[in-house]
Amino acid sequence: MRITCPICGERGVAEFVYGGDATIERPPLDAPAEDWQRAIYARENPRGSHAEYWQHAHGCRAWLRVERDTATHAIASVALVGRRAGEGGQ
Amino acid sequence: MAEYSIVSIMRNAMSGNRHWRPAWRAAAPKRAYDVVIVGGGGHGLATAHYLAKEHGITNVAVVEKGWIGGGNVGRNTTIVRSNYLLPENHHFYEWSLKLWEGLARDLNYNVMFSQRGVLNLAHTPAQMDIHAERGNAMRAAGIDAELLDREAVRAFVPRLDMSEKARFPVLGGLLQRRAGTARHDAVAWGFARAADRHGVDIIENCEVTGFVFEAGRVAGVETTRGEIRAEKVGVAVAGSTSEVMRKAGVDRLPIESHVLQAFVSEPLKPALDSVVTFGAGHLYASQSDKGGLVFGGDLDGFNTYAQRGNLPVVEEVASLLMAMFPSFGRVRLLRSWGGLVDMSMDGSPIITAGPLPGLYLNSGWCYGGFKATPGSGWCFAWTIARDEPHELNRAFALDRFERGATLDEAGAGPLPWHH
Repeated sequence: MRITCPICGERGVAEFVYGGDATIERPPLDAPAEDWQRAIYARENPRGSHAEYWQHAHGCRAWLRVERDTATHAIASVALVGRRAGEGGQ
Repeated sequence: MAEYSIVSIMRNAMSGNRHWRPAWRAAAPKRAYDVVIVGGGGHGLATAHYLAKEHGITNVAVVEKGWIGGGNVGRNTTIVRSNYLLPENHHFYEWSLKLWEGLARDLNYNVMFSQRGVLNLAHTPAQMDIHAERGNAMRAAGIDAELLDREAVRAFVPRLDMSEKARFPVLGGLLQRRAGTARHDAVAWGFARAADRHGVDIIENCEVTGFVFEAGRVAGVETTRGEIRAEKVGVAVAGSTSEVMRKAGVDRLPIESHVLQAFVSEPLKPALDSVVTFGAGHLYASQSDKGGLVFGGDLDGFNTYAQRGNLPVVEEVASLLMAMFPSFGRVRLLRSWGGLVDMSMDGSPIITAGPLPGLYLNSGWCYGGFKATPGSGWCFAWTIARDEPHELNRAFALDRFERGATLDEAGAGPLPWHH
């Protein structure tokens, strides 16, 4: 599998570290325990399109939001997150 | 008389081996059963066997999307052990190990269970302390464990690189002598035949496409071979758990599907007579009865349903094997493959009634499901038959994630790819 980093270009998967499901939203600190339980433990785990975080740990160290098909490993889009969120989307 | 015995072998040899009964019938689905098990893997078949044998429930169907032996039960590194730290885990796996010890006789099928010992290596003093802690926890629970020093490790696995030049010199290890390996195909076929002989229908090429509800209760399954009604439906589908449960309207579970690769080398003369795991990286290796080195390592580490892995893991695993056994450097790899594993959020399994009325869930085996096969089937059968967990699987409930009672053996947190 290869991921195209918006900053560094196409690189092998070994340069990246997985950060998990990117659809999970962190609840407010005073949210009820059920909301936190859901955010921490409950996952859709779809077969098909999956939004997920990766960090280009052995490259520019940027965090990325990747849309990838979990059945085929085909990558639909890669975008930066954080201060430069949205840049580099394909 | 047992169906497989020296007498039956001789009698069938005399008649040209033309009269053996098939190990299981190609059953067609009936309209209704007491229990339908979704998933004809090791755990599903074992559940059907123990439902019949322990609880007298024989009006049971096992529905399988593919064929018996085609999933994880025939695609693993065959290691059986109970060397866990947490009491909830080691009591359960020890019961499973005890079932393994009598399994060939119970099933009248040679599962080739070989108690050749599983040795976890340690490379630092801290690691020796951790092994001692786990070994003590096991021994306090009546499970065998021995802490080996460097010389004892050298004697137990003579082929290990014990030189001073080793990248991670071995200090010692934790040995469970009663642990070992089993023939995975035989486990699938043995449980399938035993269940079949109890009257269980094993229905292959039958994919579940939906669930039937009646009065707010799961009342059966819709399949590619028609609707099958059931009082109770048990789901044991490993890496497909989330997708199957979604068909029942359960859209989120503490499960992620990941791929684990495994490797077999060309056959060699006997070279490794135990199971050895590396402590300075994740690798486990043994030698099969056919002579191939069987080994595996870490997950690829991202959500996938693709049953194939990436080359960096192949390289990593090969380099770890070389670090342990430099003499295997010339051995050629015969084949490698990837299997889907149902990684739970705390690395421990789920065997529970629910999450819906009439539905029962068996999942979260991570990459340790094979050793659990008899224990998992035994506990799942109990839970389905009595509508309550056995003491051994009471902790493996879904609500542990709500109660903060997770069983995190590795202390890795809710990151399934780190368990």
